Amino acid sequence: MELHILTLCYIIASVTFIIGLKMLSSPATARRGNLVAAAGMTIAIFATIFLFREDDGKKLHNYVWIFAGLIIGTIAGTLAAKKVKMTAMPEMVSLFNGMGGACAALISAAEFYHTYKINQGAVDTPFSSLVGVGQYITIAAGAIIGTISYTGSIIAWGKLNGRIKDFSFKGQHIVNMIILVLVIGAAVWAYQSAMGNIYLPFILIGFFAFIYGILFVMPIGGADMPVVISLLNSFTGVAAACGGFLYNNKAMLTGGILVGAAGTLLTILMCKAMNRSLTNVLIGSFGGGATAAKGEGGTKTQGAYKEISLADAAMVMGYANKVMIVPGYGLAVAQAQHTCHELEKILGEKGVEVKYAIHPVAGRMPGHMNVLLAEADVSYDKLLEMEYANDEFATTDVVLVLGANDVVNPAAKNDPASPIYGMPILEVEQAKTVIVNKRSMKPGYAGIENDLFFQPKTSMLFGDAKKVLQELCAEVKNI
Amino acid sequence: MENILQWISANQETIYIVILMIFVGIEVIGRVPSVLHTPLMSGANAIHGVVIIGAIIVMGKAESDNYFALGLGFLAVVLGTLNVVGGFVVTDRMLEMFKKKK
Repeated sequence: MELHILTLCYIIASVTFIIGLKMLSSPATARRGNLVAAAGMTIAIFATIFLFREDDGKKLHNYVWIFAGLIIGTIAGTLAAKKVKMTAMPEMVSLFNGMGGACAALISAAEFYHTYKINQGAVDTPFSSLVGVGQYITIAAGAIIGTISYTGSIIAWGKLNGRIKDFSFKGQHIVNMIILVLVIGAAVWAYQSAMGNIYLPFILIGFFAFIYGILFVMPIGGADMPVVISLLNSFTGVAAACGGFLYNNKAMLTGGILVGAAGTLLTILMCKAMNRSLTNVLIGSFGGGATAAKGEGGTKTQGAYKEISLADAAMVMGYANKVMIVPGYGLAVAQAQHTCHELEKILGEKGVEVKYAIHPVAGRMPGHMNVLLAEADVSYDKLLEMEYANDEFATTDVVLVLGANDVVNPAAKNDPASPIYGMPILEVEQAKTVIVNKRSMKPGYAGIENDLFFQPKTSMLFGDAKKVLQELCAEVKNI
Repeated sequence: MENILQWISANQETIYIVILMIFVGIEVIGRVPSVLHTPLMSGANAIHGVVIIGAIIVMGKAESDNYFALGLGFLAVVLGTLNVVGGFVVTDRMLEMFKKKK
């Protein structure tokens, strides 16, 4: 009877995962979708704890340990997720994804150890005669994919918060390939080893997978991290599904495969939003492309840029009919969204029409700017998506670019040698005046120069976005 | 060859689930607007936290005096819970920002 209820609980959980994911893909239902999936997960977890039976009918034990683990994880997870700043959300997701990957890898390790333990007497028996191929493949795949997902996510996390710099060397793709072969080699070796000396090959599987995860993410540019996280996310899904195979657990299997498939599609969709292919993101690391472009166009004279004073900028904006604000990562870093909203209100009182032009990949994650501005209570109808914004730039007097760079780089349209060529951009140069707020002339995340800054109608306003906006507010009030 | 065929027919139920789930996963998020990419990734991240079930089973099966297995299982449960709880809470916080539509 209890086992039947467990089965029912797993079915309910699987259905909530599907419905939850479906609801998550539409803005109106997204939040409820998340809760639906969370409810299903809770049911599955408690059903497992209390109703699960081993093959021989034994109940689970070690309840103290299980609950201690659940409580520690819940408290730490909730605190981390509640405390994290909006700007650091993608890193947080990456970190949690890494935890899931590590969990899958540990399950495989524990299962491996379990097999070893019950066959301890048979030192000379090869592992292959104790465990079937199918079962071994799921154990090994769980360990490998989980470990890659773990180290990869940690590197992605480090890159997003700036602790780890891009790093690549010549022939890295070949080295990566060799390591991948070594991972599989170690897995095959472990399977054929005798029980007595199986530790070394099994540790090697983990070791090589560990290294591979690091080297796989290392050369990919920081701006592409959301794509990488999404990919690693689907990896962890597959690792979870391996666990489902192993325990013949349908909830793990459906949940894992569902995320594996949806995550892969999402990764491709994210690449499409940047008008690039997945291979281009993974193999054509940004750094290499940019140096090549520089080599070709290096002699091209950039000309000089001109600066604008705060008072002048305030004057130009205060007397404009229409101002379009283009927010970027700089705004997020400076936490200037509230000040930005303030400026928008002050300008509005002066009769200036203010709107925001939102590029789909501005910031460090798709939708970053929407989330950020919504936090500052900016009304939704003021946010224009890229296509609509591009129609309005021609009738705009002043464009204020706040810490955005690559998404307004005309090279994406004009320069086929540029690594971002083909990416749809906000065509701000159609407006009468462009004011760019940046901290310095350093190139943006993709590491490429931006011709926009050198155009005659562009003026630069250097400084931290929050400070500049505060001073702009004061100046505009005084007009 | 025969081994593989045997394995396939022995596990056909699972294989059916895998194939159908792949299509469901693709179908379900096919029309997501780019604004929702990140919350969706985060939500999917929380869902693969279902791996916690495996961790609980490992933990619950370990003999009470086998501290190595207990340690492995315990760590797996903590990490899995972090993934599930952290994942859902972060997603909820992201989506909270979207609700203030006027």
